[in-house]
Amino acid sequence: MGRLSFFFNLLEPLFRLAQRLLGTQKVAWLFVAPNLAVFGVFTFLPIIINFFYAATAGVELMPANRPYSGLDNFETLLKCGDYTDLSTCNKDIFWRAVFNTLKFSLLQVGLMVVFALITALVLNRKIIGRGFWRSVYFYPVLLSPVVVALIWKWLLQSQGAFNAGLVAMDMQPIEWLTVSDWAFFWTIFVSIWAHMGFYTLIILAGLQAIPKDLYEAAEMDRASPWRTLRRITLPLLMPNLIVVLVLAAIKAIQVFDEVFVLTGGGPGSATTFIVQFIYQTGFAEQIQLYGLAAAASLTLAAFLVILTLAQLRLSRADEMGKRER
Amino acid sequence: MTFKRLHPIALAAGLALVAGVAQAGEIRVMCYQDGVECDVTAEQAKRFEAQNPGTKVVIDVVPYKTIVEQLPVQLAAGEGPDIARVTNLGGLSQYYMDISANLKDRKYWDANFGATAGWLAPKPNDKGIYGFMSQLTMTGPFVNKTLFEQAKVAMPGPKATWDEWVAATTKVAKATQTKAAMAWDRSGHRFAGPAVSYGAAMFDAKGEPVIDAGYKAAVEKFVGWHKDGTMLREVWAGSGGSTYASSVDEFINGNVVMILAGSWQINNLNKKVGDNFDWAAVPNPCGTNACSGIPGGAAWVALKTSKSPKEVAAFMDFIASEASYTEFTGKTFNIPAHAALAKKGADYAGATPAVSNALKVFSGGVANLAPAAYAFQGYKYNRAIMLPTVTRVTQAIVGEMSTADAVAKISTDMTDAVKEAKK
Repeated sequence: MGRLSFFFNLLEPLFRLAQRLLGTQKVAWLFVAPNLAVFGVFTFLPIIINFFYAATAGVELMPANRPYSGLDNFETLLKCGDYTDLSTCNKDIFWRAVFNTLKFSLLQVGLMVVFALITALVLNRKIIGRGFWRSVYFYPVLLSPVVVALIWKWLLQSQGAFNAGLVAMDMQPIEWLTVSDWAFFWTIFVSIWAHMGFYTLIILAGLQAIPKDLYEAAEMDRASPWRTLRRITLPLLMPNLIVVLVLAAIKAIQVFDEVFVLTGGGPGSATTFIVQFIYQTGFAEQIQLYGLAAAASLTLAAFLVILTLAQLRLSRADEMGKRER
Repeated sequence: MTFKRLHPIALAAGLALVAGVAQAGEIRVMCYQDGVECDVTAEQAKRFEAQNPGTKVVIDVVPYKTIVEQLPVQLAAGEGPDIARVTNLGGLSQYYMDISANLKDRKYWDANFGATAGWLAPKPNDKGIYGFMSQLTMTGPFVNKTLFEQAKVAMPGPKATWDEWVAATTKVAKATQTKAAMAWDRSGHRFAGPAVSYGAAMFDAKGEPVIDAGYKAAVEKFVGWHKDGTMLREVWAGSGGSTYASSVDEFINGNVVMILAGSWQINNLNKKVGDNFDWAAVPNPCGTNACSGIPGGAAWVALKTSKSPKEVAAFMDFIASEASYTEFTGKTFNIPAHAALAKKGADYAGATPAVSNALKVFSGGVANLAPAAYAFQGYKYNRAIMLPTVTRVTQAIVGEMSTADAVAKISTDMTDAVKEAKK
């Protein structure tokens, strides 16, 4: 502590000098400048570069070698002969990835929020070993997504632990990861398993913030548990649920690492999501279509902006509702 | 040295290691290995260092996927090692460095590597020297002989067709309760061999790539063999996109009777199969037009990103010398691309009968290679054919599209990619 104050004492004359030269208002910029510089270089600049790549063609990485192509990449990406038949699309795999991402997001987010809510309600009660169970549900969140995927791949592969169990019970092994529907099911299951603990924790924090006297009043009024849940718990938990919903939706749309390791996007394109499409188009193929990948990532960004705006709108509506009440 | 002094040095060294950037007097070599290729090169590098004080050679052993996916991006960004072991010979040629001016004896290089030098040249008739082929390879099948013996099924002869091999391996798989009869590496390169055998010309009269009836016939056969259970589903249906997947592990684990891989796997099989079962390389089965595999190989190439061209040339001279090359070929059980050594015959000391037989089969198979197979290997944008093949054929296998649609999509994807690459 002593060393720290000595360090700040050394800096004080510099701060005073900066304040005298720039004025009290402008000196604040000096303090935020390092963070702004990092943000600018690693966030804003890549966004601008992304726009540049999306508007240029060719396979060269160096900007000077890329010819201008306007909106061609977007046209290639989005154009379909018949939008009800994906095989007529220029980049049908992009569209398959879009539909897969939407389907995944709806199912994964919906199921995860329900399971996280139920788990949080159970863990909020005075059950035996409550601390242990909270740790059990939170533990997968601490694991790297690649580790999660590898563990599940080991369990699910054709000669994995699950099939060994089936064979031991004289049952036929199941191709968990090479049949489209099974593979899609497992991507959702593994994703929920890996992330549910985090959202459970947010909901649990919300549950613990609900004043106990409300429940006591409900009990005195002989309200049923179901009615208590609907009339007290869920309305007061709504701000937390909105946060959980939006965070989970953004994370679901960005899904990549777990699924890429678990299924590689297959079988076929059954579990190919937008981020994997971007990665493969821009980096994994040896004729690297950076422009097309950039156009796809801007399309994804547009989705995420819409989602974030929806979150803001929902939060504001909730705030307004509270004020009116 | 105190910790305070050591710390920044360690940090700088760590960063350099992460970035794969060479320091002064240091050559960084990016190497992948199917067997012991990088290990042998590392031994040679130590001897080179002893003979050339002041030059340090760092062999960075990386997975093959890194060579395929990350090296091109690094090179495009102006970063990368001094030397790399690559298989996309023509595709990366724009990044190769001409070392001819710094070599001790150009005539030696021309005499021994001249036949394949053109595969590495960025332009036709280029006289530069950019590296050398560390080995020649050929795609081809391996079979589990023990399973054939257990099933008491005779192995088809050298001119047998794919259909005959399918019939025989299916019988073997049924009799021995093996999971599947066959598996092919999930690779457009491997697929091209049977495609050429079924009559794919690969290029039209103008030299542009084309997906023709022969290619379509091969796709139909392959998808059909997946649908009737001949092929092990995991290898192709187990991934999405154009990701490479090897069939060798399934072979080693005894899950298939026959695989389509290539000569570079000989050492790997020798090491990993051990005494578990007897295996053999067999000639490429025939289609309607040929019995061809695809030639290829890996090359050591000098890269423009190097800041030590003289040291790079000296090291290349060292590992390309007849003594080093003979040692490399002998220990890695590869087919030599060195003219003098090929003429003499390589000495595969310690090679098991299976390895010797496999090397003989693959060397003999060179005579059966169809002209289209050579043309395909030498085509700069051959990845534009290979990668969509993997993606689209898998989609047909899992039922996302019909075989006819898959073939049409391969053609469109290929045309688009080549058009984009030429912009």
